[in-house]
Amino acid sequence: MTEAAKQPLLDVHDLRTHFHTFGGTVKAVNGVSFDIAEGEVMGLVGESGGGKSVVGFSILGLIDSPGKIEGGQILLDGEDLVKAGEARLREIRGREISMVFQDPMTSLNPLHSVGRQMDEVLRLHSDLDAQARHSACVEMLESVGISRATERLRAYPHQFSGGMRQRVVIAIALLARPRLIIADEPTTALDVTIQSQILKLMRRQIAEKGASMILVTHDLAVVSEMADRITVLYCGNVVERGRARELIEAPAHPYTRGLIDSIPDPSNRHERLKQIPGTVPDIRNLPQGCNFRDRCPRAQALCAEIEPKLSAQRGSLSAACHFPLNPGESA
Amino acid sequence: MTDVTAPMLDVRNLEMHFPLGGGLFDRLRIGRKGPRLDRSVVRAVNGVSFSIKRGEIMALVGESGCGKSTVAKTIARIYKPTGGELLIDGEDVANHDFAQMLPVRAKMQMIFQDPYASLNPRQKVRDIVAEPLLQQAKGAEARREVPARIEKLLARVGLNAEHAGRYPHQFSGGQRQRIGIARALSVTPGLIVADEPVSALDVSIQAQILNLMKDLRDEFGLAYLFISHDLSVVHHVADKIGVMYLGFMVETAPRDVLFARPRHPYTRALLSAAPSIKAKRDKQEIELTGEVPSALSLPSGCCFRTRCPFAWDRCAVERPALRDMGEGQAVACHLIDEPERDVA
Amino acid sequence: MTAFLQSEFFHNYCRSSSAMIGSGLMAFFALAVLIGPFLVAQNPYDNATLNLLDSYKPPMWLEGGDPQFPLGTDGQGRDVWASILYGARISLFIGLVAMIASCTIGTVLGLIAGFYGGLADSIIMRIADIQLSFPSILIALFLMSAVGTGIDKVLIALTAVGWVVYARTVRGSTLSEIEKEYVQAAKVAGLPNTKIIRKHVLPNVLTPLIVIATIQVGTFVLIEASLSFLGVGVPITKPSLGLLIKNGFDVLFSGLWWTSVFPGFAIMMLVFGINLFGDFLRDELNPRLK
Repeated sequence: MTEAAKQPLLDVHDLRTHFHTFGGTVKAVNGVSFDIAEGEVMGLVGESGGGKSVVGFSILGLIDSPGKIEGGQILLDGEDLVKAGEARLREIRGREISMVFQDPMTSLNPLHSVGRQMDEVLRLHSDLDAQARHSACVEMLESVGISRATERLRAYPHQFSGGMRQRVVIAIALLARPRLIIADEPTTALDVTIQSQILKLMRRQIAEKGASMILVTHDLAVVSEMADRITVLYCGNVVERGRARELIEAPAHPYTRGLIDSIPDPSNRHERLKQIPGTVPDIRNLPQGCNFRDRCPRAQALCAEIEPKLSAQRGSLSAACHFPLNPGESA
Repeated sequence: MTDVTAPMLDVRNLEMHFPLGGGLFDRLRIGRKGPRLDRSVVRAVNGVSFSIKRGEIMALVGESGCGKSTVAKTIARIYKPTGGELLIDGEDVANHDFAQMLPVRAKMQMIFQDPYASLNPRQKVRDIVAEPLLQQAKGAEARREVPARIEKLLARVGLNAEHAGRYPHQFSGGQRQRIGIARALSVTPGLIVADEPVSALDVSIQAQILNLMKDLRDEFGLAYLFISHDLSVVHHVADKIGVMYLGFMVETAPRDVLFARPRHPYTRALLSAAPSIKAKRDKQEIELTGEVPSALSLPSGCCFRTRCPFAWDRCAVERPALRDMGEGQAVACHLIDEPERDVA
Repeated sequence: MTAFLQSEFFHNYCRSSSAMIGSGLMAFFALAVLIGPFLVAQNPYDNATLNLLDSYKPPMWLEGGDPQFPLGTDGQGRDVWASILYGARISLFIGLVAMIASCTIGTVLGLIAGFYGGLADSIIMRIADIQLSFPSILIALFLMSAVGTGIDKVLIALTAVGWVVYARTVRGSTLSEIEKEYVQAAKVAGLPNTKIIRKHVLPNVLTPLIVIATIQVGTFVLIEASLSFLGVGVPITKPSLGLLIKNGFDVLFSGLWWTSVFPGFAIMMLVFGINLFGDFLRDELNPRLK
């Protein structure tokens, strides 16, 4: 299975989404490019302020004032979503692309029963009759592990626990058989035992339905278990991307290395964690050159002058760094 | 000089039950026998015991609703325990009133979870950090030393003197957590209760704060009660670990023992569910079904039986007691008596 | 000061025409009540300056008008313009003092109810609920008929009506503030409850009150006007805008409209200005609307 042979389902090219606030322009996403093949899981990783959620919202055309997509292309099967009108985007949302958020309550309407909300999706995005829609809903709820589905369809969101609600949201996201699912921190609010249930469920459903997924998260451990490829964001830029295992085991960018090293892991016996010094710079006031240089142990004079461009490194990796790491080298 | 070998914190059979919230009218129920008051209680903590020595870090882990945060807040005496003993530096403070607690507060402080909510947005950093100190410093002499001490504390946690005049919103999450740590340190306590101190922080910042907390332990001989839901964080900081479920302690053990030989099915499930960045280890998978029952009506017998893959009839009848397994490990599970049932 | 001029609040203020009009009207009335009485020749309550020969003169642009009395005169020969300036003074004084009293009492009760809960909470909030189930003008009328008339009585009546909204708001925000960790941190620091309330809770529940207080001044001006119009408000010797309307109302249908229409217009503009500015404050200070 080679990704190169497939035509990408989604191709994001040089996406720039800026927010014009009173305090200045926040360049939340500033030239992000990546692509996703059919059936692939892409992990979008970064810390808060990295712009990872804004990428997801931009793809769905959900950027509200004061935010604006300032440039770039989002090609879904060759169709540019940046140029698409609101009517076309509404058609695409739910049918072609659906979304799973961190807090299930934000995507469920507390006033309507789960069944009604599921039915609505099918009414909008399919031409099934009422009977067929009902059985499709029951089948979907059962497939996400909710027992007594016929009965549970009549229940309201507050009658479900947090984990069950997230299952419902996933069921709704999968209902119209979308080709791409954007999951924004889908398990961050959940406990570990529930998280592992949900992650297993998502993996299985995606494989069964042949959908692709963008998994937006801060948790490298979660993406490393889920994703085929990983894109790492820092201050609105892609700093590194590549196949998941390669990137986790021997990253080329010092930021990725730092992120991985700062995760405490039971198999790692160091008394002190390796930490990335300093904090994320103010995104309204980014330094010239490389955004990461103030926190980077490898930074040299060149890094202050020229912003590194994303370029191919060893294997499947590409990184935006003047002095990339070799395998086994620490930052 | 106090006895150095005595535990800094000794919790015996701690119990914390909350009456269901609401005023008279909210709790009024009209039943067949006329009106009555709803007197249900939330059984958040149900008889938890453990002790922490000076310089030792004990972690409590468990999922949301397991009572670990309530244990922390009860020990910090934000709540008054409804039962059990709470010995801080050898003194039982479970029933202390406000005035009796004041000297104890110089020995025990707390670090909170949310770096945004744990600092008063309308106070300057200087006043935030000085708050516990000013309650202890009586007399003009002691008060005059406060500003210099604040400056030293801020420097110790990695901030500088200029920061003292700013407001919390001018800082990032990690910096705010440092301010919270400086506040806790201001009275040079022997025990710090840390309630999920890094779970709201980005990983790179999380590492900074964990390292800082460990350094402070080494420097001041602090004892920590470290509350967390994250097993990898706990593995990194803790000397010993207690696993809680529905207000009960189901297993306690020194860190390495717990990670090498977890005995309770819940501990094993937690360990196998934790996502890891390393390529799949061949770990024993215990998959849990269902969710945590309500603390309003606990299951009979073992609290974990509703989700336990091994549960049998005995578990519904008899509540297992925490039993010593040697090497500092204690487990509350009937499987110890009947190990032959331990087959997935 | 420069920090304020560069702030987002000031920036938005300059871009909001309703805020500008509202605060302009408020500033006009503030100036009018502060220095207005020094600008008019006549003190309408000093009988020595009145001349009955000047009674019922129409506004100056009508036939028979006198430039000395730009908005005409009433039956005693009082200048309507001067009466409005003096009357607005009394109306605003009552509105402001009653607002401050309501705000203080309501805030204290709300803090107690929210922080301590239990019986105190139940008692305070049930009284508030009962109070809210009556129209405020009815409560004021009832109180006024019981304790008599006079500015002090009006103030008592307005305060009795006005504290509830603060108590409820403060109780609500107190309940959400005391759940926040900084209040728990203050407990762990060993602060007594009174100090926690004063230093931590109070400063953080005040913001929503600014909006309520602003709009309430307008409401109080209206209630006071209604009470005076009904004859249970301020005494005849201290005519507020409401009493002016009442006095003029008696002769309204004799074609002498100016004696009540101009004071009425003044009240309208005053309350309109306050409400416009209050709405702007609400939008600015409520983070949920942003």
